Amino acid sequence: MDPVSPMGGAVKPPPRLPRRRRAGRAEARAGLLFALPWMVGLAVFTIIPLVLTFYISQTKFQITGAPRYIGLQNYAAIWGDAAVWRSAGNTMMFAVISVPIKLALALVLALMLNRVTALSGFYRTVFYLPFLMPAVAGSLVFILLLNPSAGPVNLMLQGMGLNPPDWLRDPAAALWTLILLSLWPLGVETLVFLGGLQNIPKDVSEAADLDSPRPWHKLVWVTIPLLTPMILFNLIIGIIYSFQVFTQALVIGGTTGRPAEATLMYMVVLYRTAFRYFNMGQAAAMAVVLFVVVLVMTLLIFRTARSWVYYEGDSR
Amino acid sequence: MGLLRGGQPLTKRRTAPRKLGQSLIYHAVMLAIAAVFLLPFYWMAISAFKTTDEIFARPVTWFPDPIHWANVPDLLTRTDFPFLRQFFNSVFYAGSVAAAVVFSCSLAAYSFGCLRWRGRNLVFGLTVCALLMPAIVTFLPVYLGWTKLGLNGTYWPLIAPYLLGDAFYIFMLRQFFMGVPRELMDAARLDGASEFRIWWQIVLPQVRVALVIVGLFAVVYTWNEFFGPLIYLQDREKFPLSLGLFTFQAARAREWSAVMTGALITALPMVILFLLTQRLFRQGLASSSLK
Repeated sequence: MDPVSPMGGAVKPPPRLPRRRRAGRAEARAGLLFALPWMVGLAVFTIIPLVLTFYISQTKFQITGAPRYIGLQNYAAIWGDAAVWRSAGNTMMFAVISVPIKLALALVLALMLNRVTALSGFYRTVFYLPFLMPAVAGSLVFILLLNPSAGPVNLMLQGMGLNPPDWLRDPAAALWTLILLSLWPLGVETLVFLGGLQNIPKDVSEAADLDSPRPWHKLVWVTIPLLTPMILFNLIIGIIYSFQVFTQALVIGGTTGRPAEATLMYMVVLYRTAFRYFNMGQAAAMAVVLFVVVLVMTLLIFRTARSWVYYEGDSR
Repeated sequence: MGLLRGGQPLTKRRTAPRKLGQSLIYHAVMLAIAAVFLLPFYWMAISAFKTTDEIFARPVTWFPDPIHWANVPDLLTRTDFPFLRQFFNSVFYAGSVAAAVVFSCSLAAYSFGCLRWRGRNLVFGLTVCALLMPAIVTFLPVYLGWTKLGLNGTYWPLIAPYLLGDAFYIFMLRQFFMGVPRELMDAARLDGASEFRIWWQIVLPQVRVALVIVGLFAVVYTWNEFFGPLIYLQDREKFPLSLGLFTFQAARAREWSAVMTGALITALPMVILFLLTQRLFRQGLASSSLK
């Protein structure tokens, strides 16, 4: 960097204003003081535990007794554990299928909602409502909804002439139960997109209308590029959350991922390793692996984001 | 699909027929989608007032006949499911977390949003990292710590951390604090007000609405919280509703009627809360997602 960049000059304030500087120092002290409780919280509940998790993952530790250092044996154990691989595969499938579908549906819904009608408020309320449903209650309702003989979903699908699966007992279909369940509360993503749509300046939108009479030209060349920051945001949050899916999987598949481990998720295996088998060392190793995978995924998405996310005022 | 045409105002008749047709199709499609989204709520509500036999009866009935109102008092008086007790546990849990969060996060968010100090960006950066990190990565050592303190089985591990703050709510609140004009604080400083007083008397009143929004989000998230209670609580009398409903269903898999009544009463307070305050919810969402 250039040593005489304007940055270097801005750090030191001109010495003529002692009063302002004293005020600045008081402000800095207050700033630290107000942030202090949170800094303690960050250290005690995030930073120190993070380091400890790395440590515990290299020990044999069954809650009772002291942890004993065993190097990378826990990692070797999860590498050779079929349930871990099965659950990791299920979780990856779940994330890879549910997140893109959810984003596409949310985008379509947001585009449809982006007009003023007498019922706009009603539609928005309806689409946001599933987010309020407690995950346990929502999962239980889906068990009934997808019941093959007495549930309305298969009744309607049969009415349309389709041959719907037994969602909860057929191992090939059971993962789709969780995917459907995850698609239901897409109101948050929809509202994020809607916020983005409403931030598109009127003149940009009108200019696009003049340039081409076909609406889909505007959608592909103007609207979606302007929405890419929101797509990035929803994508990252969606991936991070779906890697951690737990409650719905536990309610629907129990700790064994019924049927035939088809709904067994990574977090469920981690949960039973830690709190059923009390194998803290191996559970910690699983947590570290999850941490690394989520970190790498997030960095990868950010890395590729440079080429597809449009930031205003950026001439890349 | 094209049969639903409710809500079409009569005055629209005067617009050109093509526009009217478009509008009708639009509303028909939207109402159909809305019906799909409402179906789980509807199914939960009608199942709550059926008997278990009726829930699984064929042909499928779209309305309970007769309506079994007695399901509600039956559920509340069960001895194997202390529903009311768990309901109030949830109220206590959600209320405590919301109060703790509003207090602690308004301190940190004020510091990040309004005050300039060295290291602020670093600490805030760590806060954002903490926000994106999977919770389980820090969970196990914290769990072992609470167990060592003998507080496993109480609400302490579930509430106390929030007294120091929470990354998500700090992030959310900071957006609002950044909107407070700096001149306001500078003027108060010139008048010799202490930093604490500026926070309490000048800045907090400016972000009153934001504090309510954060409190609402905390109530909803805590009401639905499952993992923490599942790990820390073992006594049925201490469970919040989400966990109570789960263990009840796991133990009494045949009693779907009671399960659905319970699910309905679990969901209802949040739905009502949302319907009363949805403008605030949307505002909160906008601020937490847009930089």
